[in-house]
Amino acid sequence: MLDIFDILGPVMVGPSSSHTAGAVRIGRMARTLLGKPPVKAEIGLYGSFAETGQGHGTDRALVAGLLGLRPDNLDIPRSFDLAAERGLSFSFYTARLREAHPNTAVLTVEDADGGKLVMQAASTGGGRIRVDKLNGVDVSFTGGFNTLIIRHLDIEGEVAEVTRELSNAKINIANMNLCRSRRGGDALMVIETDQRVPPVVRILIKELKDIRDITYYEKEGD
Amino acid sequence: MALDSMEEIFEKIEREKKPFWKVVQDTDIEERQVTAEASKEKMQATWKAMLESVETYQGQRRSLSGLVGGDGERMRAYAAKGETLCGEYLQEVITTALCVGESNACMRKIVAAPTAGACGVLPAVLVPLYQAGRADEEEILKALYVSAGIGAVVSYRACIAGASGGCQAEIGTASAMAAGALTALRGGDAQKIGHAVAMALKNLMGLICDPVAGLVEVPCVKRNVVGAVNAVSCADMALAGITSRVPVDQVIDCMGDVGGRLPVEFRETALGGLAATPFGQSVKEEMQKKRT
Repeated sequence: MLDIFDILGPVMVGPSSSHTAGAVRIGRMARTLLGKPPVKAEIGLYGSFAETGQGHGTDRALVAGLLGLRPDNLDIPRSFDLAAERGLSFSFYTARLREAHPNTAVLTVEDADGGKLVMQAASTGGGRIRVDKLNGVDVSFTGGFNTLIIRHLDIEGEVAEVTRELSNAKINIANMNLCRSRRGGDALMVIETDQRVPPVVRILIKELKDIRDITYYEKEGD
Repeated sequence: MALDSMEEIFEKIEREKKPFWKVVQDTDIEERQVTAEASKEKMQATWKAMLESVETYQGQRRSLSGLVGGDGERMRAYAAKGETLCGEYLQEVITTALCVGESNACMRKIVAAPTAGACGVLPAVLVPLYQAGRADEEEILKALYVSAGIGAVVSYRACIAGASGGCQAEIGTASAMAAGALTALRGGDAQKIGHAVAMALKNLMGLICDPVAGLVEVPCVKRNVVGAVNAVSCADMALAGITSRVPVDQVIDCMGDVGGRLPVEFRETALGGLAATPFGQSVKEEMQKKRT
């Protein structure tokens, strides 16, 4: 169920929880998953985001999120200026997708060191979001939990190794999904947890054998 | 789950000898695994943001389309002359609903309750009472818990998004939340709260979501007024001992059912209703030209 502050909230800059607050969260999610401030962003808008996005400030909201602003930041309307000040260049295009949620954005973001991420996410209502694709791999997580995204080699026992570290740290797993591109190749583990995952636990996981990289999204604080 | 029906809340109140607001707060404590203090602090922050959304209104702001802005100020100036038909409290309710609805359209900070489009309804009925010293913060916070509990039940049994159930799901739900909050604030018991909720939802049943050019502007801002005024009348009716003949949970289910049957043109797609009028079409074309 929704918690009562999803009903009485979020506290946000208007005009639309789905087209504004959700869009900010999508931008923030891309920034977090990239791991560094983005310097370049190509933003594809799909469906209702493309149709009515401008009137709802969806474009400014996505850029605000990429700059790390939260949905209640009054600077959201002037995010284009902020982006210029902070060295983020961006462009928009109309995305052509098949069978995507009507409020979907595809963000291709780069950091100053050449790190790159492609993320497709949907704004699913009330300011909630769902990440649907990461670098071409289907995923499904919402940012409603603390989330670990772990890229690793597809070998037996890898999941057990990771979950043991979480269990040792008394961290409970709320949801989890696993997918791979091909057998023995790269695989992606997405783990949503009830508790925060402290840096030390993340380092322990990262040092496990055959872990390629680990990204962490911490649930928006109260 | 604790907030699946109004009936369940009534039973809990009876069984555990707790007031309505406390049942909702206990659910929050359980659901988010927080202390009573942390829950209350978050509600206080929510209330503060709501108050701010009223106090920071400026009449010269305009929405991105230019269709919205200035009406809150117009209503306030008219009310100041002391000649309104509706009298002191209701004129403040109308003014506040307009101010917050406009602020939302102008990308200012608001509290979605339950949605951004309906963000003016709850502050419209509560803030004037608070500002006039007719309710203190403690009472307001309790009323907000009551409203959140009502919203949670509606969200669980029916829907609260215009895209799912039309305007009745957004403004209708906001109105029901506000009616329940007011009833609780004025000392009405759980049954009276339930009747206020049922009446508020019934009165707005079938209301479609038909935003011009798909924007949360026309007719959304003024629908906040109707949601707020409806809430006041339903709360007063409930406090007078007037009851809803149809039980509240059945009304909520019915709203969800009606919402599901609304043609897609009337569910936030901007393809029907006011959005499809020649005026609505011309605004849409203007906005498309601006899109470069």
